[in-house]
Amino acid sequence: MVSPILELTNINKSFGHVQANKNINLKINKGTIHGIIGENGAGKSTLMSIVFGLYQANSGSIKINGKEINLRSPRDSIVNGIGMVHQHFMLVENFTVLENIILGFEGETVFGEKLANAKKDLEKLCKTYNFNIDLDATIADLSVGFRQRVEILKSLYRGAEILILDEPTGVLTPQEVDELFKILRSLKDEGKTIVLITHKLIEIMDLTSEVSVMRQGEMVGHTKTKDTNKEQLAEMMVGRSVLLRVDKKEIKKGEVIFKVNNLSVKDDLDVARVKNINLEIRSGEILGIAGVTGNGQTELLEALSGIRKVESGNIQLFGEKISDQDNFLNPRMLKEKGLAHVPEDRQRMGLISDFKAHENLIFGYHDQEPFSKSAVLNSQEITEYSSKIMQEYDVRPNSPNLITSNFSGGNQQKIILSRELNENPKVLLVGQPTRGVDIGAIEFIHQRLIDMRDRGAAILLASVELDEILSLSDRIIVMFDGKIVGEKENKNVTDRELGLLMAGVA
Amino acid sequence: MEFLSDIASLINSTLRISTPLVFAAMAGIFAERSGVIDFSLEGKMLMAAFVAAVGSYYLGNPWLGLLLAIIVCVCLSMLHGFASVTHKGDQVVSCVAINILIIGLTTALAAAWFGQAGLTPTLNEEQRFLEINLPFADSVRDIPIIGTLYSDILSGHYVFVYLAYLSVPIVFWIVFKTSFGLRLRAVGENPSAVDTAGINVFAMRYKALAVNGVLIAFAGAHLSTAVNANFFREMSAGRGYLALAAMIFGKWHPKTALIACLLFGFTDALQIRLQGVELPAIGEIPVQLIQAIPYILTVVLLAGFVGKAIAPNAIGQPYIKER
Repeated sequence: MVSPILELTNINKSFGHVQANKNINLKINKGTIHGIIGENGAGKSTLMSIVFGLYQANSGSIKINGKEINLRSPRDSIVNGIGMVHQHFMLVENFTVLENIILGFEGETVFGEKLANAKKDLEKLCKTYNFNIDLDATIADLSVGFRQRVEILKSLYRGAEILILDEPTGVLTPQEVDELFKILRSLKDEGKTIVLITHKLIEIMDLTSEVSVMRQGEMVGHTKTKDTNKEQLAEMMVGRSVLLRVDKKEIKKGEVIFKVNNLSVKDDLDVARVKNINLEIRSGEILGIAGVTGNGQTELLEALSGIRKVESGNIQLFGEKISDQDNFLNPRMLKEKGLAHVPEDRQRMGLISDFKAHENLIFGYHDQEPFSKSAVLNSQEITEYSSKIMQEYDVRPNSPNLITSNFSGGNQQKIILSRELNENPKVLLVGQPTRGVDIGAIEFIHQRLIDMRDRGAAILLASVELDEILSLSDRIIVMFDGKIVGEKENKNVTDRELGLLMAGVA
Repeated sequence: MEFLSDIASLINSTLRISTPLVFAAMAGIFAERSGVIDFSLEGKMLMAAFVAAVGSYYLGNPWLGLLLAIIVCVCLSMLHGFASVTHKGDQVVSCVAINILIIGLTTALAAAWFGQAGLTPTLNEEQRFLEINLPFADSVRDIPIIGTLYSDILSGHYVFVYLAYLSVPIVFWIVFKTSFGLRLRAVGENPSAVDTAGINVFAMRYKALAVNGVLIAFAGAHLSTAVNANFFREMSAGRGYLALAAMIFGKWHPKTALIACLLFGFTDALQIRLQGVELPAIGEIPVQLIQAIPYILTVVLLAGFVGKAIAPNAIGQPYIKER
């Protein structure tokens, strides 16, 4: 019988009224890769932040190697051999790798001998694990994959025996994921314990030997990975059976209705982010844009939706030029022409989170009948409409007067979708439609997008989730460094193929 | 030779005038590198001037006045920290509150204690700092160049002038060569990274503010117990803001901030020299215009010539640990 290296008993944690963790019990065995799976907001990250000492539990106990410990700050955890790689890297961007790693563990007041020793030790560690990191490089110059390695190196240098990784693959290309998994397996072989937090079933099946499932702040099951399968895990996560495949009819392609010619766009810092892009979308087609975050997808969508200036080139809708560098239509005018936009960042651009749901549901149409008459809002109409459409789009809870930020991510996204889809747009621009959205809602959102396509809309879908691109798109383009580096009909395309393009190597 | 001595005296006054700016800019670097905006340099400088003058008047020793000023300024910094670090209030609002409070407080206290609104009694020689003549300053004065450099430029300053320029390399060393400096810079860039490294973000910011309080006290004491022999109303005259501008101009870096302070000091010294001087072809320039030069320069420099000033990433944002 193996003894657990980490044992959590009856952990409770609430933020205000929200109970993020309810009576959590968890045992993690030494030398294993243990997966913790659950939907967004299930409380996985909170639980692990408690283990890392970042948050303090309201009650419960934590034992390491059978000894109860009291974690008041990350320092206590680090001293006890716990390391964590956060979803958002905890790195100072304008520091070097070395500075980031020694931060907090300098060992001397004035830099000198210890710094030199640390550098030597780190060089050794890098060699052992084949990390290939330049310790004097500035973080800002490193790719995301390398930054993640720096985080792992940081934990190892600080003596981690238990390494927690929070959604480590979200920002990586498939090839980088392979590399990461290789590193994690070799760490396991050395006797380190890995805890992998994820919402991706495939990673659990690939990598872990044991898995714990969380749902709505509770631990709903533990099992050996080999005794379960994806469907079963998904059901445990959501609490009901889920369709993991999208049903899609054969495409009925129509006319080209949306066309982009030689488009170039700059970002706020005047850096060219979209470089001479050409694309066209037919009616009844979903065009997927794959790519690692930050390769120009954001700026492209912004320019197409009329919120970012076009540097050169033009955009055509139904053969009519709607934007070029001299004049462009604003989002409202575009909306009237039948173009709808579901922005990538729903908190910042899709919604006003402090507004009530019904206000967000009609925003943009608020000055039209029947929502308002002579500039006065008709609250009865609005509430009735909201209630009806929330029913239709399965927004839960169906309370139009609830403040929007109190809805879950998935339901917020449904609010935006219902607003944008309700007018039956001819062209739909969608960015990251399921980021931070639970599986149940993903299923629903995907179905809605397919419905729109079947009704003849032209859809542009930008997503960093390759699975999503592959299951929804009829045609796929890959963006790298602001350019289209590949275009494929979505037939027998694999994620590896796309991954090579996304990394800019193919 | 007269030209040379003009230059010497111009440099001499540049050094003197820049002194409070240098202290304040260094103080600002500590606060802002830690992620806390410090608009209250102005108010703290004014308060330090008042406390130093009053303390020195009652205690009969300018060093004790300075000590009191340090204590009071550290307390004010802690107040700023309490509002904006602990209670996550808006940092600019907290600073503005401190500035307004101090303008009123110094005036009112002076009126209550000395019967004159915003004026403290004149300090005698015992109660104030005097100019320090470096050894042999008089005897080497006549040696060309070196003599001028030593006797007319380097010698004959108040102790604060020397301390101010000494503080720059020390600040540089602390910020870039010590673990405290590493943590200081990290906490202003990415406090979460500091927190997950097991360092207390709030404690780091308080420490930075404490250093800030000590440094700014020197600037105030320089005004009221060295260059002047008493405190008068609003005697800091915007120097705190000017120092803040110099710090931004210097991109939160001690060396470049020093250069900016000297530049501002120089324009100020120049405008004093130019007053009433007939310039060839132009004639006498209106005094108001000349006095405006340093401020115009600030605006011009900040608006265009510096390029994009890249502030510490997390500046102005209170650290919120739990969502």
